[in-house]
Amino acid sequence: MSARGIKGQAVPVLFGLACLAAFFILIEFLINIGKINRFIVPLPSDVVKSFARVAVEEDLLNRFLLTAYEALMATLLLSVAGISLGVLLHRVRLIRLATETWIAALASAPLVLMYPLFLVMFGRSAWTIIMIAFVSALPPVILKTLEGLSATRPVLINVGRSFKLTPSQLYWKILFPAALPTIFVGVRLGMIFALINIVGVEFLINFGGLGQLVNELSERYDWPGAYAAIGFVILVSVMFFMGTERIERWLRPGT
Amino acid sequence: MAEPILVVDHIVKRFETPEGVLTAVDDVSFTVAPGEFVAVIGPSGCGKSTLFNVIGGLLDGYEGRVSVSGETISGPHAAVGMIFQEESTFPWRNVIDNVAFPLEIAGMAKAERIEKARHFVDLVGLNGFERSYPSELSGGMRQRVSMARTLASEPKILLMDEPFAALDEQTRLLLGDKVLQIQQDLKQTTLLITHNLTEAVQLSDRILVMTYRPGRMKRMVDIKLPRPRSSEIVGSDAFGHYVAQIWNDLREEATKGLKDDESRRARTSRA
Repeated sequence: MSARGIKGQAVPVLFGLACLAAFFILIEFLINIGKINRFIVPLPSDVVKSFARVAVEEDLLNRFLLTAYEALMATLLLSVAGISLGVLLHRVRLIRLATETWIAALASAPLVLMYPLFLVMFGRSAWTIIMIAFVSALPPVILKTLEGLSATRPVLINVGRSFKLTPSQLYWKILFPAALPTIFVGVRLGMIFALINIVGVEFLINFGGLGQLVNELSERYDWPGAYAAIGFVILVSVMFFMGTERIERWLRPGT
Repeated sequence: MAEPILVVDHIVKRFETPEGVLTAVDDVSFTVAPGEFVAVIGPSGCGKSTLFNVIGGLLDGYEGRVSVSGETISGPHAAVGMIFQEESTFPWRNVIDNVAFPLEIAGMAKAERIEKARHFVDLVGLNGFERSYPSELSGGMRQRVSMARTLASEPKILLMDEPFAALDEQTRLLLGDKVLQIQQDLKQTTLLITHNLTEAVQLSDRILVMTYRPGRMKRMVDIKLPRPRSSEIVGSDAFGHYVAQIWNDLREEATKGLKDDESRRARTSRA
């Protein structure tokens, strides 16, 4: 890549980091002059200082790995099931007409409240958390897969037909790659839903992971530590986002 | 005259619309000889694209018969290669992989298909862009990729539906040169659907003029301009004569189309 290209990529990243730093400095200033209550929002400098403490004293690595594992499993499950169901809805009109509205309604339902049922089914284990996250995050993946496949430009389908593609070739060689960007929007949306549910249920059932850590630290009124733990949750999210972006670029180059 | 490679025999195609049955193409018949370049020209709404889809096998439920080398076709046929009006390259494939697509579908080994695709990339003048993605190319270059992709399937008949409609006039003339050169090199039988007079006269041996709705055959005009041709021919008196002659036929039909469109818009706005 040319020096100019690297510079072109670095500038937005640096600008983003500078905005974040400016935001933290502003918060620090507002807390210091008493405009924000420091017992509700800790000083950003204290949060930064507590990262190392939380990492050493709170078994951070294992908690981080547990949350990341749950997020990974939920993402894999919802990608496989969500995309498959989206394809099914695209292929079978009757099923689509019968279920699309229900699935859309399910997307806004607070399924996390069903955690006692999942506890009965899967016990107090990581799988309870994974399954709640999976079920809650499934609708956007299904709907975005359906949207992507339905929005494939008719001319691309006609190109396939003119080359006498079989229905299966038409799906794998044209419809699916054409729909991939929209499908990945669904997977990323699903991942956000999944991570919210994972941290929420970890918090709720006190099982482990970063959600439980946030709960413990806030119960101890260790606000800098709790905010630092939230920072690690964001790190998991960023990791997964970057991962899906790489997979998307690998599966569908040229965009 | 040589045995025709394409026979379009009494094609009638009707569509059900909310306003009743619409006859898009009405009793259109013509033939195309091997290596010949025929254009179908008519005003918007005369059923040109319907005819394109019927001949390409993308539309069924029509009356009449389309045959290629004596074989009646129903549905898409390997002998007919189609180039569409809209941009139709696959954005997730680079130029060489786009062009190699029909060869991949035919099950050709990778090394062989890449080698063959390279030949067609060269033919349309895109050498050096093999690894580029469509998003990195201009509209004219993308249409050339589509053309190379269709040519790579080695069709007996190349069917083009206003392939340069989205391009500016200068690019259109230059791409016309490319089409003339390819047709000359490959002796490619070509049927071009267009509403562009200049393009039709520049490229064709014969031009079929269609009427406005229902699309009927109004006249077949022989273009006796010398070959090999290039876009320089647009400055000649003979070229101007043909354009004027076809416009004479087309003017009445285009006027009908315009009036029909205006009255439809007026009805819609009143409703």
